[in-house]
Amino acid sequence: MDSIEGDVRRFMADNFILDESAGPLDGDESLTQSGVLDSMGVLELILFIEERFGVHVPDEDTLPQNLDTVDRIVGYVRSRLAEGGGNGAL
Amino acid sequence: MRSDAEALSAEVLRLEDPDATVDAIAEGLRHEVAAFHRKGAVVALSGGIDSTVVASLAARAFGPERVLGVLMPEADSSPDTLRLSRLAADSLGIPTVLEDITPLLEAAGCYRRRDEAIRRVVPEYDASWKAKLVLPSVLETDRYRLFSIVVEAPDGRRESARLPPAEYLQVVAATNFKQRSRKMMEYYHADRLNYAVLGTPNRLEYDQGFFVKNGDGAADVKPIAHLYKTQVYQLAGTLGVPDEIRTRPPTTDTYSMPQSQEEFYFSLPYDKMDLCLYAVNHGLSAETVAGALGLTPEQVERVFRDIASKRRVGRYLHAAPRLLGAVEGAVR
Repeated sequence: MDSIEGDVRRFMADNFILDESAGPLDGDESLTQSGVLDSMGVLELILFIEERFGVHVPDEDTLPQNLDTVDRIVGYVRSRLAEGGGNGAL
Repeated sequence: MRSDAEALSAEVLRLEDPDATVDAIAEGLRHEVAAFHRKGAVVALSGGIDSTVVASLAARAFGPERVLGVLMPEADSSPDTLRLSRLAADSLGIPTVLEDITPLLEAAGCYRRRDEAIRRVVPEYDASWKAKLVLPSVLETDRYRLFSIVVEAPDGRRESARLPPAEYLQVVAATNFKQRSRKMMEYYHADRLNYAVLGTPNRLEYDQGFFVKNGDGAADVKPIAHLYKTQVYQLAGTLGVPDEIRTRPPTTDTYSMPQSQEEFYFSLPYDKMDLCLYAVNHGLSAETVAGALGLTPEQVERVFRDIASKRRVGRYLHAAPRLLGAVEGAVR
């Protein structure tokens, strides 16, 4: 598990009530369909991404294809960092 | 044989016998209010279609002299609210009481707490500006429906910014003082008169959680919660609600800038939302709805997802306090 994924999973575990008996979240599990994230949770996730990785998440990027699974979040953060939008905090 | 698309039109929501519906609701109101040993009804009037229809039904049930219309404007209310509320009360011949809740809200810090949160996002915002919360259109994008604040300076200049979680929650929490203060006032008058408090949500609002918990969501009886808004409009015609109220666009009348219900909460105008909700309730496909409403199936799928999402949020709003142990004999 790389640092970005570890940070995202830690954020999920610290901020949302997860069903621990179900084991760790699958990387491709929908966070909204599984009830982990509601719209308030999405707001918190965006703030986390912006503060932890120093990348701005513009309105047009607030899409399920960027933020609805752990894998997508990691991929989105990685691509934004590659664009040079990050703070180099990793 | 009609196709599904032809079958899905406003006709599916048409009440076959609206006079019979009025009679049944009036009888239901008498039964429920009598069961509470109350002898009349308090209705908060907003000048909108729902509260006017509820007051009218209550007047049918109890007689106009045993219905109290409570008028509760505050600093951000549209002037139309008070004028049309009076029009509604006058048309029914029910007594009213005017309670300007602005001083109550000022004392509770409603405006100050809201403005503090807005200023953290838009530093130049002050009490001379106007503001509202808006959601992106569900029809145009797959984006999550995240609230933005729109502010307008006295010179007409507008700014918009997505609200971070803490600021969003504080704006909503502070604004909820309005609905909760109104409900407190309604119960004051209900207790004083030994009346019941009637809630005014229609089915769309009740189903989708378009209310403040323990605010406008609180009531003793909700006489039109089973009716689609389209049907409420139909009853308004039967009940003789004044035209100006029947043609007033639905508004939240909660923020200082004019705000439609679509930009604040619902995905579509009420008549289309009604049909989408009906389709969800009757297992109709997105394709069927798309054909009937002139939308694409993808747009209707987004509306369906939004309906499901709001129902999940609504579970908390509807939930009565949970008890963690049995309390035998306390409630019968």
